[in-house]
Amino acid sequence: MTEIIISIFMLTSAGFVLLAAVGILRLPDLYTRMHASTKAGALGIMLMMVAVSAHFMSLTVLAKAIAIILFIFMTAPVAAHAIGRAGYFVGVPVWAKTVKDELYDNYDPDSHRLRSGLETKEELKNLPQKGKPRIRLNTKK
Amino acid sequence: MEIVITITYAILLLALFLTFIRLLIGPTLPDRVVALELIPSILVSLIGVYAINHNTSSFIDVSIVVALIAFLAAIGFARFLERGGPRDD
Repeated sequence: MTEIIISIFMLTSAGFVLLAAVGILRLPDLYTRMHASTKAGALGIMLMMVAVSAHFMSLTVLAKAIAIILFIFMTAPVAAHAIGRAGYFVGVPVWAKTVKDELYDNYDPDSHRLRSGLETKEELKNLPQKGKPRIRLNTKK
Repeated sequence: MEIVITITYAILLLALFLTFIRLLIGPTLPDRVVALELIPSILVSLIGVYAINHNTSSFIDVSIVVALIAFLAAIGFARFLERGGPRDD
């Protein structure tokens, strides 16, 4: 019985990881690829750790597995955010069919500050005007 | 159980191969960094299967270390991309 549960968890985990890999290969631009790899990869690791802790049935392994799951779930979004932000400033082109890019004229290219919409008038004077700053140089087809 | 473990190995290796293709062809450096971030995730899953296969729970420690190093590498790469100097994709 336990073996069946472990098998189901392992195969599901492998399926999600494969989904992440297919997504990273097939999706059109950096941001959608990141979206695929982070979420599906984290879920794959979680299911694999559940399988491992079900297989060993010991408290030590369970604690380690929970530690890995918590760590992955805390760090994967942070790392993806850092890479996505860096990619946006470097000027990675978005997909040609992208509908909306709200960061487009809200990012200050020099100070890397984001316009929040809650600035006072004094702060707005120092920020560049809307429509002026262009971080992205080209949007490739 | 043996068959399931073999199938899981095969699927994970296929995933590793697909990610490696993106690592090679990735048009820009951030694409490669994203692929490099996914490879340790696949590796952690592979180590989990290996631990189940060989019935040795010590391998779980290895996956903790791999996950930690992957996070540090991703943060370091992101900082390098954002603040770094000239680069050649």
